[in-house]
Amino acid sequence: MPVEIPKDSWPGAVSTVTLGATSDEGGSRSSTVTIGGEQSLPFMHFEHPTPNRPVIAMEIAPTRPSDWSAVLLEAWGSTADDPAVWAEACEEAGADLILLQFGLKGTGDDPITADFAVSAVKTVLGASGLPLVVLGPGQIEIDNSILVPIADATKGERIVLGRCEDGNYRTIVASAMANDHLVLGRTPMDVNLAKQLNILMTDMGLPLDRIVMDPTTGALGYGIEYGYSVMERLRLAALQGDAMTQLPMLVNPGFETWKTKESKVGEGTPDAWGDWAERGVNWETLTAVSLIEAGADVVVLRHLESLKRVGAAIGELMVLETV
Amino acid sequence: MALSGIQIYKMLPQTNCKECGFPTCLAFSMKLAAKQVELDDCPYVTEESKTLLAESAAPPIRLVTLKGQNGEVQAGNEVVLFRHEKKFYNRPGIFIQVLDTEDVAAISDKTEAASSYSVDYVGMELRIDGFAIEAASGDGATFAAAVEAVRASTGLPLILIGDDPAVLSSGLDKLEGEAPLIVGAHETNWETMAALASDRGAALAVKGGSLEELAELVERLNEKGVEDLVLYPAVEGMSTSLALNTQIRRLALKNFRPLGYPTIAFATDSGDPGRSSLLAAQAVCKYAGFVVLDTFTPDLIYPMLVLRVNIYTDPQKPIQVQPAIYEINDPKPSDPVLVTTNFSITYFSVANEIEGAGLPAWLVVTDAEGMSVLTAWAAGKFDAETIAKAVKEFGLAEKVDKKVIVIPGHTAVLSGELEEELPGWEIKVGPREAVDLPGYMKTVLT
Ligand code: B12
Ligand code: SF4
Repeated sequence: MPVEIPKDSWPGAVSTVTLGATSDEGGSRSSTVTIGGEQSLPFMHFEHPTPNRPVIAMEIAPTRPSDWSAVLLEAWGSTADDPAVWAEACEEAGADLILLQFGLKGTGDDPITADFAVSAVKTVLGASGLPLVVLGPGQIEIDNSILVPIADATKGERIVLGRCEDGNYRTIVASAMANDHLVLGRTPMDVNLAKQLNILMTDMGLPLDRIVMDPTTGALGYGIEYGYSVMERLRLAALQGDAMTQLPMLVNPGFETWKTKESKVGEGTPDAWGDWAERGVNWETLTAVSLIEAGADVVVLRHLESLKRVGAAIGELMVLETV
Repeated sequence: MALSGIQIYKMLPQTNCKECGFPTCLAFSMKLAAKQVELDDCPYVTEESKTLLAESAAPPIRLVTLKGQNGEVQAGNEVVLFRHEKKFYNRPGIFIQVLDTEDVAAISDKTEAASSYSVDYVGMELRIDGFAIEAASGDGATFAAAVEAVRASTGLPLILIGDDPAVLSSGLDKLEGEAPLIVGAHETNWETMAALASDRGAALAVKGGSLEELAELVERLNEKGVEDLVLYPAVEGMSTSLALNTQIRRLALKNFRPLGYPTIAFATDSGDPGRSSLLAAQAVCKYAGFVVLDTFTPDLIYPMLVLRVNIYTDPQKPIQVQPAIYEINDPKPSDPVLVTTNFSITYFSVANEIEGAGLPAWLVVTDAEGMSVLTAWAAGKFDAETIAKAVKEFGLAEKVDKKVIVIPGHTAVLSGELEEELPGWEIKVGPREAVDLPGYMKTVLT
C-alpha cells in the first residue's frame, strides 16, 4: 500500500555559526566547530539533511570546583586541579568544545581578578586546540571586569563570551565585536524574551552568525519540560521564518543536573534511587538527549561517561535514515 | 475530524423533547461537541446518526488498553505532535523484558523486584507498568513455564513476544481473562496471529520496516476484524526510528486510519545499557505508546519514570500542591515555621528534607500559582504581601508560640519588607537550597 511520507518544508533556517578560528583565520585553534544551519526539525533528514551535528562542550573550571558533586570530583580526580590538564583530557576524550566557567573566586579564597581570568583562559587555549566558550560568574560588574580583558587578550580566537542577559549585554557584545569573538545570550525560558534579547544584541551591529542563545533549561525532574517546550517552540519559530529566533541553541544539562539532590547526594537517599554514580550519569544523559531531540545545538556536560554516551547517541541520530 | 455543534445538530431528531436534560436539541449538540455529555443521553438518535457520530468522534490514534491480573495500561488518544500545542495524554507504558530461556527462578526474582519497585517523585508513586516475555526458546512448554513464573510474582499487564502463534498460544493459556499484547504479526504469520488475538482478546502488534508495510498489514488485519493494534516499526538506529515514529504520528493526526494506532519501541538487545537508556529516552519524548527495556536497575528506571511524567505533564498546569500550613513530623507550638511556594517540586524538595531528617516544623505553603520560589518571586507571586496574607489567612499565630518565620535563602531581599508586613514576627533568612535545611535547623534554629 503506497503511503505518502508527510514532509514539512519550511521557509526559514537556523543561522550557521562557526566557533573558534585556526591560525589561518586569525586564531590559534587546531580546528573549528560549525553549528546550526538546520532547515528542518531535529534529525528529519528525509526533509533536509541536518547540515551540522549537535556538539558537546565539556565544562571545566579555572581551579578545582568546590561545589561540584563528589561523583564528578572523584571521577576527574586530580585532573580537575589544573585547567590545562583538564582541558587536554576533555579534548582527548572526544569533546567538541571546552567551556570554561568562572566563579566568584580567583586564587585561593581571593576574589577573582582580571589577571587571574586572562591567564586561566590563556592556559586553556595553550593546552587544547578546541574552540572555547568562556562564561563569567553571572554578576554584572564581575562579568564585565573579566570578560572585557579576556576578549582583548584573545582577539581573533572567536571565543563564545557570556552570558549576555537583558540587564547586561552591551559591554560584552561591544568587546566581542571589537575582538572578533562570539557571544552567548541567555533568557529565562521564554520565547519572547529570547527574541527580545536577540533584537537588542543585533541592533548593536553584531551579526546573527556570531550569536548563540541559551534559552535556559531545567534538569530532569526539575522543570525540564519547560525548557524542552520552549526549545521546540523557538525552533518552530525559526523554521517558520522568524529571524530573531534563528540562532543555534546551547543548553547546560551538566550544570542543571549535577546540582540536583539525585546527583549531588549519595547518602541517606531512598533505595529506589539506585547506584549514585550511575544515577548521576543517567540524570545528565537523559536530560541532554531529550534536549537534543528538542533542538539543542550545543549541550554542556560534566561527566566523561556522559560525553561518551551522548556522543554515541548524536552519532546515531546523524545517520541518514533508511526509510 | 471532530464535528461542530451545528453539524451534530443536523443528525439529531430536532424535536426538542428535553429528555436529555437540555431544553433543545441544539443545546445538547453543543454539549456533545464539547464532549461534556454522552450521545446515549438522547434516547432518540437513529442508528445511522450513531455510526456517523461515533466515527467522527473516534480519536486519530486508537486507545489501546492492556489488562493484567491487576492493573491496566493505556496508550493512544494523542492529538498533538508537540506537547505545547495541548498536551500528551497517555504516558507510555514501561515494560521490562525477560527471556523464556532464562532460569524460571531468575525470571521470578527479576519480575518480583521490578514489580514491587516504586519511587516517590513529588508525592507521586512512580512504577513500571508490566513485563514483556520473549519466547526465545521457540518451545510452547518452556514459554508457558516462563509466563507462569512471571505470574507467580506479579499481576501487572504483559506483552508476549514471539513469531510462532502456537508457542504464544501456550503462554496465553496462562492468562485467562487478561488483555495482553502479542508481538507480533508480520508478513508471513499475520493470519494466524489475527485469529489468536481475536480469540484471546489480546491486542496485537504489527511489525514492519516501513510505513507501507505497516499500513498494508493493518488494513488486512482490520478486514479480519482486529482493531486493537499497536504499530511496531522494526528499524535499527535512533535516526531511522525517530523518522518513522514522527511520520506515523503526523499521518495519524491527519486521520490516516491505517497508522492511527499507538506504537511500541524496543530499547533492548543493544548490548549496552548506556545506549538502551537513550533509545528509551527518545521513545518517551518522541511518541511511543509502549517502551520495552531489557534491564531493570533503579538508577535508570527512576530517571526514566521521571522523564515520562515530565514530558506528559500538562503544559498549562504546573503540578502543584494546595496552599496551606503543612504539619511536618507532628510539630509543637514551639517548633520552627518555614515558608515556601505551592509548586510541587518546590514543596516536596523542602518537605522531604525536613521529613527525612525527622525534624518537626510548620511549613507555610503560599499560593504562588504553582511557581517555584524564584519564578514566583520574579513574577510578583511570592512577595512580602502574599506571604503575610498566607500567614494571616491560615491562622499561623494561633498555632505557634515562637514568632519566627524562615524564608528561602534565594529571596533574602524580602526579609525587611516582610517584617514590616508582619509586625511582631522575626524573619530569618534560611539557606538557598533545601538540602541544607536540616543542617540549618539543627544549628541556627535551636
Ligand atoms: C522552570 C522555570 C520557569 C518556569 C516555571 C516553573 C514553575 N512552575 O515555577 C517558567 C518557564 C513558566 C518560568 C517563567 C518565568 N521565569 Co523562570 N525559571 C525556571 C527555572 C529554570 C527553574 C525553576 C525551578 O523549577 N527550580 C526548582 C525549584 C525546586 O526551586 P525553588 O522553588 O527555588 O526551590 C529550591 C530553593 O529555593 C529551596 N527552597 C524552597 N523553598 C524554601 C523554603 C525555605 C524556608 C528554604 C530555606 C529554602 C527553600 O529549596 C528548593 C531546592 O533546593 C529557573 C532557573 C533555574 N535553573 O533555577 C528560572 C528562573 C527562576 N526564572 C526566572 C524568571 C525571570 C522568570 C520569568 C519572570 C521570566 C519569563 N520567562 O517570563 C517568568 C515568570 C513567570 C510568569 N510571569 O509567568 C529567573 C528569576 C531571576 C531572578 N532571580 O529574579 C530564573 C532564576 C532564571 C534566570 N536565571 O533568569 N520559569
Ligand atoms: S433527548 Fe434528543 S431529541 Fe430530545 S431534546 Fe435531547 S437531543 Fe433533542
